[in-house]
Amino acid sequence: MKWALVAVIVAATTAAELMQSHAMKHHGEIRDFRPGALGGVLSRLFRNRFILASVALLAVSFCAFLALLSVAELSFAVPATALSYVLETILAKYVLKERVGRRRWLGAGLVAAGVFLIAL
Amino acid sequence: MRKPSARLRLKTRVLTSVVVGANVLGNVSLSLGLKNRVLAFTPAAVLEVLWNPWVTLGVALLILWLLSRMALLSWADLSYVLPVTSIGYVLTVIFGKVFLLEQVSTLRWLGVLLITAGVALVGATPLRTVRRRRRKAQAP
Repeated sequence: MKWALVAVIVAATTAAELMQSHAMKHHGEIRDFRPGALGGVLSRLFRNRFILASVALLAVSFCAFLALLSVAELSFAVPATALSYVLETILAKYVLKERVGRRRWLGAGLVAAGVFLIAL
Repeated sequence: MRKPSARLRLKTRVLTSVVVGANVLGNVSLSLGLKNRVLAFTPAAVLEVLWNPWVTLGVALLILWLLSRMALLSWADLSYVLPVTSIGYVLTVIFGKVFLLEQVSTLRWLGVLLITAGVALVGATPLRTVRRRRRKAQAP
């Protein structure tokens, strides 16, 4: 049960953040931070199916996280999020075609290890 | 790859601070509102929990977190944003130590050190390694 929930959380978070990143890359850099312009961006983005799917998946991941907290300790639940760092970095390289150099790999690995230690 | 302008670096720093701040404060207010409560998933119970001002504030901050992170992703790589915004874990530990007077073990401090080192490493890499697919008109 615990591991099934961890699998749901990691899969849903990873898919959601990849889709979000893809949609935002496609949109291009937001330059105008005035409220009217931001409202326009928002109304456009929330008609984008990648954004809608990613918000739905984040909700799934959040509910699964709450469910996990009801059957496991926080010190088990948090390292599960560290797992998604590594998975997402791999997918960012192969799916989003980001260039992940040695520094970035090392950094992502250090962060994942650190999150793991914090949760112990 | 052209170096990102000083303007883009500054914009990234400011927005990263918003993302991290909203995340940390959002989690703190949620935990203040949810502490010592038994969670039930009936609509009435959910509404009752949402009525708590700390929970409302927490949810509002997490919405700000989601939207500001989307904005950051509009020009920065996912493999940059993810590690860099994880400095939030470090701030949460320090916040717990300073304001909630929590005990922080040596192992936890080691974790804080590793995350900080990872963030510093990734923070020095280029913000964006993929060309945008659609170029918007440059603001004058």
